[in-house]
Amino acid sequence: MSNLKTLDHAAAAEIFIKDEARTDWHDDTLWFVRQKRDKAVHGIAEWEQLREWASEIKNHTLSNLDNYLIAFEKQAEANGIKIHWAADALEHNQLMHKILKDNNISRIVKSKSMLTEECHLNDYLKKQGIEVVDTDLGERIVQLRDEAPSHIVLPAIHLKKQDVSETFHEHLHTEEGNNDPQYLTEAARQHLRDHFIQSELAITGVNFAIAETGGFVVCTNEGNADMGAHTAKIHVACMGIEKIIPKTEHLGVFLRLLARSATGQPITTYSSHFQKPRSGQEMHIIIVDNGRTKQLGRADFRNSLKCIRCAACFNTCPVYRRSGGHSYHTAVAGPIGSILNPNLDMKANADLPFASTLCGSCSNVCPVKIDIHEQLWKWRQVIVEEGYVKPEKKIAMKGMAWLFSNPKVYRWAGKSGRWFLRTMPFLGNNKLNVWYKQREMPEAPKQSFHDWYQQNKNK
Amino acid sequence: MKVGLFIPCYIDQFYPQVGIATYQLLKKLGCDVDYPENQTCCGQPMANSGFSPLTGGCDKNFVANFDAYDYIVAPSGSCVLHIKEHLKDDKNPEKAQKIRNNIYELTEFLVDILKVEHLSSNFPYKVGFHTSCHGQRGLHLSSMTERVLPQFSKPEQLLQKVKGLQLSYPERKDECCGFGGTFCVFEEAVSVKMGKDRIEEHQKNEVDYITAGDVSCLMHLEGILKRQGSKVKAIHLAEILNHE
Ligand code: SF4
Repeated sequence: MSNLKTLDHAAAAEIFIKDEARTDWHDDTLWFVRQKRDKAVHGIAEWEQLREWASEIKNHTLSNLDNYLIAFEKQAEANGIKIHWAADALEHNQLMHKILKDNNISRIVKSKSMLTEECHLNDYLKKQGIEVVDTDLGERIVQLRDEAPSHIVLPAIHLKKQDVSETFHEHLHTEEGNNDPQYLTEAARQHLRDHFIQSELAITGVNFAIAETGGFVVCTNEGNADMGAHTAKIHVACMGIEKIIPKTEHLGVFLRLLARSATGQPITTYSSHFQKPRSGQEMHIIIVDNGRTKQLGRADFRNSLKCIRCAACFNTCPVYRRSGGHSYHTAVAGPIGSILNPNLDMKANADLPFASTLCGSCSNVCPVKIDIHEQLWKWRQVIVEEGYVKPEKKIAMKGMAWLFSNPKVYRWAGKSGRWFLRTMPFLGNNKLNVWYKQREMPEAPKQSFHDWYQQNKNK
Repeated sequence: MKVGLFIPCYIDQFYPQVGIATYQLLKKLGCDVDYPENQTCCGQPMANSGFSPLTGGCDKNFVANFDAYDYIVAPSGSCVLHIKEHLKDDKNPEKAQKIRNNIYELTEFLVDILKVEHLSSNFPYKVGFHTSCHGQRGLHLSSMTERVLPQFSKPEQLLQKVKGLQLSYPERKDECCGFGGTFCVFEEAVSVKMGKDRIEEHQKNEVDYITAGDVSCLMHLEGILKRQGSKVKAIHLAEILNHE
């Protein structure tokens, strides 16, 4: 599974859009989810109040993150859970590997963890000769295809049922050409059941970790986190440091927001609460930083750590819907990914904050009120300042800035064939007129407004 | 009440008719309107591309031109939003602040300040309204589908006063058209696809015109309409409100 960047967002999006029918299908499918979300939230009179509460709880938690994490650790340990701390992705993977080695484990199932995607755990373990089986249906499908998830809630949303049928035929020996969703789901279920039964260790993510109780909650629609955790001898939960909330009473706010924002459901089918290992079982939690404290220290971007990974910003984003998740070349795609990933690697992800029209829909759909589009704007400033910008673009911008700072030059330039707007956007781009590729140019009128005004102001 | 008319650079150069309509409309409604003649651009193209340190010249020029007015009005939500959020004057911060407080998008000015009750306009056509994002979500000119708040729309309030006009919305009422400033060239494929999708929904409503409060969205949609050889035309809201 390669997450290595090969193309920037614009180039990858162009390839995606070439298949226009498929792009339309992708767009419609996600728009359908967005509409379900709208229906679900417009039935809740106090929706905006819930968002405000969620945002305040998260703000408060982020301001006291160290205290809450320590309280959580203490409480969880008192419950008999083993806590591990990982500074970065590598350390997370090494810790996991150590648990596997110490217990001599080879059969592993995993459920609901974008964090392990972010850390590239599967790749890491594969190199050590260990295979992990993803048990979320969508995740299993992309895993069989050796692809990355393209969406954090609907990881295989870029695939049609025909694609799934082909994949299953190849890997699970289902009937060729049988695209019946029920048949395919049943095949996946049987296949996963075998893995569940045999698994010795289950990895899950964490949606919410509660400082007060030392317990945590995992939300799944398929119940697979439960299946894994309840059959395996060892349960390892991986969480980012930002997953903490202070008290159990705060859960209600987030559980109401999460499922509605994600899929339009009133609540996720399974909200599994884990508090302590059952007798004979071991339970571990790996608490991961991986750039989060750095982001916490960036005043303009700390707000992004409030994210509860509902993906509402993906579904609402007109750019995401038309460019596909893989065009973002990162584990977390979409608008939120575009503000989280430059923090992890600014150079590799310098294109992402520009993959937006700044329409602002993401910020307004976000259940925890992250100012996503404003952060995109701010990242653009940082990226240019740090020099991750093409020199042609810089020259063009400087030229424009000069032109607009000098009213006389501006008017002269406008008059001489009204060329300036014609050339303006494309100066940075030597392939000449990109606008014209699929759009006509605006007609150049004889007179500017300025000229008209001079002639008519005293009439 | 002295009103300074701000006609953004690309409207000045390519869509003077929008500037003319805005000017005439404000006059008709009794405003004392002036067009400061040394104005150029608000600086948004640079700032949105990540080059906000390069907007100093634009800022300086803007303050020099508009400092003296009680109100500044422009037929472009996105330029107004840029000024509101980012105009700076390090030497005279109070001047920049005054402008930021007093700048209005046209429909906002007509509804909130002039409190226009009647319009003498007449426009007997089927018109599809495109909700421009910066005006809607940035300046709160209308409610949006994402939020659970009372519904309202300042531009619609005005369009409903126009005789003969049949207003329609695309199915996705407030989806972005894909212009997005320099996004329209640096992300050309997505930009055009978004524009095509917007147009298709309007065409389903069999409109004669697509209108909006931002010329930038319209320029982009018009470019695609013309390339397609469509009969549908793009027209700025000010032109409709000024049409008799
Ligand atoms: S940024 Fe907001 S909308 Fe996007 S995934 Fe996170 S919580 Fe959901």
